[in-house]
Amino acid sequence: MTPTEKRLASGGYLDRSQVLKFTFDGRQYAGFKGDTLASALLASGVSLVGRSFKYHRPRGILSAGAEEPNALVTVGTGARREPNLPATMLELAPGLDAASQNNWPSLRFDVQSVNSLFSPLLSSGFYYKTFMGPSRRAWMFYEYFIRRAAGLGKATMMPDPDVYDSRDDFTDVAVVGGGAAGLSAARAAAQAGARVLLIEQDFEIGGRLLSEPAGAAWLQAMRTELESMPNLRIMRRTTAFGLYDGNTLALIEDADPFAGRDMGAARKTFTLLHAQSIVFATGAIERPMVFANNDRPGVMLNSAIRAYVNRYAVLPGRNIVIATADDSAYLTAFDLLAHGARVTIADARPMAEPTLLTRAKQMGAEVHLATNVANVKGKYAVEGVVLAGKAGTTGVSCDLVGMSAGWSPVLHLTSHQGVKPVYRPDIDAFVPGPLPETQFVAGAATGSSGVSAAIAEGATVGRAAAAVAGKVGTVAEAPALEIEETAGPTTVYKPIFGQRKAFVDFQMDVTLDDIQLAQREGYESVEHLKRYTTLGMGTDQGKTSNINALKAMAKLRGISIPVAGTTTFRPPYTPVAIGAVAGRARGHHFRPYRLTPIHDWHTANGAQMLEVGLWMRPWFFEASGKDVNAAYVNEMRHVRSAAGIMDISTLGKIDIQGPDAATFLDRVYANGFASLKVGRARYGVMLRDDGIVFDDGTTTRLGPDRFFMTTSTAKAADVLSWLEFLLDTAWPDLRVSVSSVSDEWAGMSVAGPESGKILAAAFPDIGFSNEAFPHMGLAEGAFRDSPLRIIRLSYSGERAYEIYVGASNGEAAWRHLIDAGAPYGLKPYGVEALGALRVEKGHVAGPEIDGRTTLSDLGMGRMVAKRSGYVGEALSRREAFTAANRQRLVGLKCIEPGKRLRGGALLFAPGEPLEGHGHGRMTSITYSPELDCYVGLGLLAADFEGDEVIASYPMKNEVVRARVVSPVFLDPAGERMHG
Amino acid sequence: MLRIDCPCCGVRDHSEFRYGGDATAERPAHDNPDLDAWYRYVYVRANPKGLHREFWQHVLGCRQWLVVERDTVTHSIHSVNFSRRQRA
Repeated sequence: MTPTEKRLASGGYLDRSQVLKFTFDGRQYAGFKGDTLASALLASGVSLVGRSFKYHRPRGILSAGAEEPNALVTVGTGARREPNLPATMLELAPGLDAASQNNWPSLRFDVQSVNSLFSPLLSSGFYYKTFMGPSRRAWMFYEYFIRRAAGLGKATMMPDPDVYDSRDDFTDVAVVGGGAAGLSAARAAAQAGARVLLIEQDFEIGGRLLSEPAGAAWLQAMRTELESMPNLRIMRRTTAFGLYDGNTLALIEDADPFAGRDMGAARKTFTLLHAQSIVFATGAIERPMVFANNDRPGVMLNSAIRAYVNRYAVLPGRNIVIATADDSAYLTAFDLLAHGARVTIADARPMAEPTLLTRAKQMGAEVHLATNVANVKGKYAVEGVVLAGKAGTTGVSCDLVGMSAGWSPVLHLTSHQGVKPVYRPDIDAFVPGPLPETQFVAGAATGSSGVSAAIAEGATVGRAAAAVAGKVGTVAEAPALEIEETAGPTTVYKPIFGQRKAFVDFQMDVTLDDIQLAQREGYESVEHLKRYTTLGMGTDQGKTSNINALKAMAKLRGISIPVAGTTTFRPPYTPVAIGAVAGRARGHHFRPYRLTPIHDWHTANGAQMLEVGLWMRPWFFEASGKDVNAAYVNEMRHVRSAAGIMDISTLGKIDIQGPDAATFLDRVYANGFASLKVGRARYGVMLRDDGIVFDDGTTTRLGPDRFFMTTSTAKAADVLSWLEFLLDTAWPDLRVSVSSVSDEWAGMSVAGPESGKILAAAFPDIGFSNEAFPHMGLAEGAFRDSPLRIIRLSYSGERAYEIYVGASNGEAAWRHLIDAGAPYGLKPYGVEALGALRVEKGHVAGPEIDGRTTLSDLGMGRMVAKRSGYVGEALSRREAFTAANRQRLVGLKCIEPGKRLRGGALLFAPGEPLEGHGHGRMTSITYSPELDCYVGLGLLAADFEGDEVIASYPMKNEVVRARVVSPVFLDPAGERMHG
Repeated sequence: MLRIDCPCCGVRDHSEFRYGGDATAERPAHDNPDLDAWYRYVYVRANPKGLHREFWQHVLGCRQWLVVERDTVTHSIHSVNFSRRQRA
């Protein structure tokens, strides 16, 4: 490495024993541990780091913090390429690979910087006004090229290979910000006995104290004390980016780049912090001045210069003009003078604090009062400025310009919950409004200036915050810090109009001219101004620009700043990697799927699995056919001719017990259950309160006071919650308990003409004759060490049995049935065949019970003809449900040979134009091996005349004729399942 | 980011709960055939500003249905009770 030209020989919070090599735009540089990318670049003499958003102007480093609008870089390559990271917040780490943005072919020579020449054309609203014609499509066409030309860095299109964590955390007191006020608050709260979490966005605690050479000893002592407190935790590299209900803070933490990361360790961690009380010690951000070419590389905030000199031991210039409207800039000047730099001060105010003036002059600075910077010379680096004072304009050559127009308290978090900021004219700044009694502010965030005030305020609110959590232990006084302090500004800094290329928002390339244009065109309100000019809409969210823009607009309109108002602050305070919010919940972990107790058998025996709702279920078995279409038809044929076995463990299963259980079910189901005999099952349909069908299933009476309910797979959780709701809120007098037993029982169904013989072979202790065990009958027994329930139910229309055993014996019972059924040809089948079998039989399922259909719509109105007092009864009788064009369940049979039906097709009358929504739609379809054609279920208007429809499927441009028939295509008398 | 103090399980995050709607709506008796009473119960809501009683179920805990008194302006929770009237 080469000795870098701007690095001071000593000082700073750097570990000079650790030299770190890094790459910027392909060139190798070196810095030290403790550097940011920005400080290391400045130390290496690199001042040009990017091109601006719209005009592609050369840009440098403005700040030393999270507010940075210019020095945005892209870090990493390939899948790890991350754009728009402020170099000022990037901790230098070994091998850091960064690149500048928004330039082509290179940073120095950027083709689109010609935009700058046309900047009078490219003012706010230019694109929208210019590219409007000749038609609406024109904008769509132009937009592609405009978007390519403008913009920031490009994110990777590849999946993120890194791991993120998300977690919840709890504390009595959360302290946001580890500067003087935050440290003091954390110390006081912890001494009072509270559990304290101190959150610092930087990798180093100390805040602005890191820029105060005289504060180093105090800071070191404080850090040692805090780190020794057992009830105090410090999170570094952590940004509190949002405040939510119930004192919840959202935090994003970057992993320490120097801590070795284990495989699978998180790159970033998202934390929801639940705090009893919160102290906002978020400090303040210095505001730029607005003058011509104030965006040139080498124009910086005065506080940033001070941070680079004292914290990072970088002297970014040797001949410096300090422009200010504020006393604090003098401290920067003194530090620069002490390092031998030449300093010229241009103070916009007619008078400054006399002691500061005297000292500045003693140290050799040239001071001009009532003087502003009027222009900046130099393109890629500052070469000089034009000063405008009472005596006219003078040119001053220099290699660095500092500016400060006052300070803006960082009040973003305090207003996320709707607390409006309040303007304080005495300090020319907005401060947090009145906060809830569990939230506090201290230090520069309140608008107070000076370190001793911050320490004192921190101690007071730290104690108060601990008291909110009931912790009132004795607090020792914080050690005093003797330090040079300055008072606030004495006049309000206002932007001076009439300057060209005077930037207000550096990131979005918004100038004073743009604000004037917006005002002229009527976009006067701050919210309109923001949207018209894009001011404050960059990744920095206008941290350095909002107040200057507001002042400019207030001046143009001749109104006061509080009347002009501020825009609303919303989370996040700084950009947040979306991967961190997701944490580990990505891919299948976003919604983990559930496996049945028989899953392993399926996958070992050639099942193609399908994600069905929350579950993985066998779709079809490879032995049945080469693809799903061949397989499901073969599986259907096999069930109808021999026997098939199906895993139905996914059904919801609810155990219902109590003396009033029968009464309860009689109300819950639309059809009656009070008369159900012990040992018998019944199909039941539930309605919602609004009279629409909710779910269907079967319920078996196990004993006088005990029932076993099954629900559809999809509605299992909703049905259980609904039953609990009715018992807890509507009918607490009913003595009934309900409990989910879905996971306790494995379920399987054996269907087909041979099913009775197979069951008899598998369970010889149970009688399976029609007399001993009729359709809708129940038999109980034991399989191995678990109870066994067999219920004779049919979904397919064939003779069929549902077998339930304890989940741990599920696979054993399945194997037992497969073995016992082998002589009868028993084969497994999947959900595709299951769905097809029920369509052939005319049974409704999810596509028909879609939250819009009534019992009558589904052809089940007769079930409730003589009933009353069930859930949903009253509203099911409303007039709209009996309208003549109400869509009702029908069967549809394809009558064009060689053609097929499609679910979702719209139904029209023959000869009618195929426009609009038709008279209904196809809900479920299947090929029927029995009928050798496609059949389907559909919902068709009851007043539809004729028995033929045209089914139109516009997605595939298919039109097919179908006959309207009974939905029961097979065995309407039910001889197969009873026989 | 509500925290609900379940009377059975203690303070838990709202993500453990299922929202169940307005608890002030008076449910008609199960055998009440009055269409208008059911219409009001199912569809008519006051949308008050300030304190409001609503149903929440602790689905990932004790599964009890609770009546939560919540301020719709501040989201602060004033009381949490079992909705099932305790029998003697």
